[in-house]
Amino acid sequence: MSEQTTAKRERRPSRRHFLQAGAAVAGGAALGAPAVADTGNLPPNIPEWMKAPGAPMGDQPYGAPSVYEKGVIKNISKTLPQYLSASGRTPLQELDGIITPNGLFYERHHGGVPTIDPAQHRLMLHGLVDRPLIFTMDDIRRFPSQSRIHFIECSGNPVYTKPYGKTASDLVGLVSCAEWTGVMLKDVLNEAGLQKEAKWLVAEGADAAALTRSIPIEKCLDDAMLVYSQNGERLRPQQGYPLRLLLPGFEGNMNIKWLRRLKAVAEPDYSREETSKYTDLMPDGTAREFTFTMEAKSIILRPSGGQKLNGTGFHEISGIAWSGHGRIKRVEVSVDDGKSWQVATLQEPVLTRALTRFRLPWQWDGNAAVIQSRAIDETDYVQPTLAELLAVRGVNHYYHNNAIWPWRIAANGEVSNALS
Amino acid sequence: MRCPRSHIALVVAFIAGLAVAAQAEERFHIGRAATPAEIKGWDIDIGHDGSNLPPGSGGVERGRVVYSEQCAACHGADGQGGVGDRLVGGQGTLASAKPVRTVGSYWPYAPTLFDYIRRAMPQNAPQSLSDEDVYAVSAYILHLNGLVPADAVLDAKTLAAIKMPNRDRFVSDPRPDVR
Repeated sequence: MSEQTTAKRERRPSRRHFLQAGAAVAGGAALGAPAVADTGNLPPNIPEWMKAPGAPMGDQPYGAPSVYEKGVIKNISKTLPQYLSASGRTPLQELDGIITPNGLFYERHHGGVPTIDPAQHRLMLHGLVDRPLIFTMDDIRRFPSQSRIHFIECSGNPVYTKPYGKTASDLVGLVSCAEWTGVMLKDVLNEAGLQKEAKWLVAEGADAAALTRSIPIEKCLDDAMLVYSQNGERLRPQQGYPLRLLLPGFEGNMNIKWLRRLKAVAEPDYSREETSKYTDLMPDGTAREFTFTMEAKSIILRPSGGQKLNGTGFHEISGIAWSGHGRIKRVEVSVDDGKSWQVATLQEPVLTRALTRFRLPWQWDGNAAVIQSRAIDETDYVQPTLAELLAVRGVNHYYHNNAIWPWRIAANGEVSNALS
Repeated sequence: MRCPRSHIALVVAFIAGLAVAAQAEERFHIGRAATPAEIKGWDIDIGHDGSNLPPGSGGVERGRVVYSEQCAACHGADGQGGVGDRLVGGQGTLASAKPVRTVGSYWPYAPTLFDYIRRAMPQNAPQSLSDEDVYAVSAYILHLNGLVPADAVLDAKTLAAIKMPNRDRFVSDPRPDVR
């Protein structure tokens, strides 16, 4: 980067730099230390933080991000009608790699977040089984364990109607990805002995919504898990502590949190959450039911809405892709408003039903541009445009919008939603 | 009889393979039996056909009182919605530009109303209503939607017998629908 560009950046700090400076002042005030202007810390001066010892060991028994990262938090609307049945989004454009930090994993609750004592939590397995069983958390942890990396995505991410979000998080922040540890559901089912009439499993959470979904037995006997850990530590309360059903690739609400009961049945429950909600209304007035799988999708996170390119020349385009049907096979990026497409590099490992990071080197010539990405998964399904989806599903479909989302880059470098 | 070493290895491998195959079906003997009383206490699922609906009954008149005390603050005095979902009206709107999805216009099965109210409502005190009051408030909401008369009293049998207007308008997942 040239000296001239560097100088320009310092004169016009980005929003992020502004937030960082604000956090520094707040942090300093909290510690009773005077706020220090940062100019004295640059070459040739010796930075303040080298002239005195830092914080002692034990300052943070459970670590927290730098005070300069205080702006990187969940994206929670301040104008929701109520907050007990609501969602909070992952700030995707602030993150790297494919793993979502536990504190930033998206949230969607239907009756608030319960505080559950694991010693008093039980999983009941009953219905069409030979041996109805009750498990403690200690029991669950005795089964052979597995760790797998999978995304979870809310089915309405985003909806089809305007206003469309400004940032990547506003648009598709209801997806996150973690390494989950737990046991295979089929091992637990084998313990009870499924009867041959059992075609569905009704799963129920121990929250105030007692959220209930019916899961086809094929999924339960395939890759479904009962998980108790997320990225190495026990599940966060917001993610179902102490036990969550994990259905890789299926819409988020089916991954029942605070799991307390599994009932083997011959027919689905047709619970409120699989009839009144989470069914997809078509323009002709019919509605699709049991629309489980999240189809292939991708989004460019850098540069993305709300960011600004600092000068012409080299910029890396980077984003994430995922599919509920398996691995991402290819991600294509267009920097000329969809006229031509280039194949992006996929960061290894490319895992089934996990976020996949893609990157493309790019030279920006300073002219206005529209950039976008499209994902192709191992079934050769190609991520559609919003216009293609709307033509079939209409604007009142609500769920499963996996549209390509283009970003407009203005000549001054500002990035905004090209479909707004 | 002398066996070549490779044959012995094959036989050992074969037996080991059988052991692995058998293990897949083997139980770990983890957990304890759930008693019928424990299952009865926790199994609050009502089937869409009304299976597992409890004894008891409740009518529209009692439901009007329960609704005004427990539901109206969020769902509106007449079920028109507020902080909570709209519950009433919307029949005939689903194919329009502004579809209104309510119990009356959208829900395919009446027993689901009992199931959901009992497990999750009122939001500030779920599972607090008696079964009689859940029947009653279900009857009232169905009455507001014109699906039962003002003197209706619902129980396991009569609730399950109600045919919801939108029951046959749900279709299975045809995706991928855009290629």
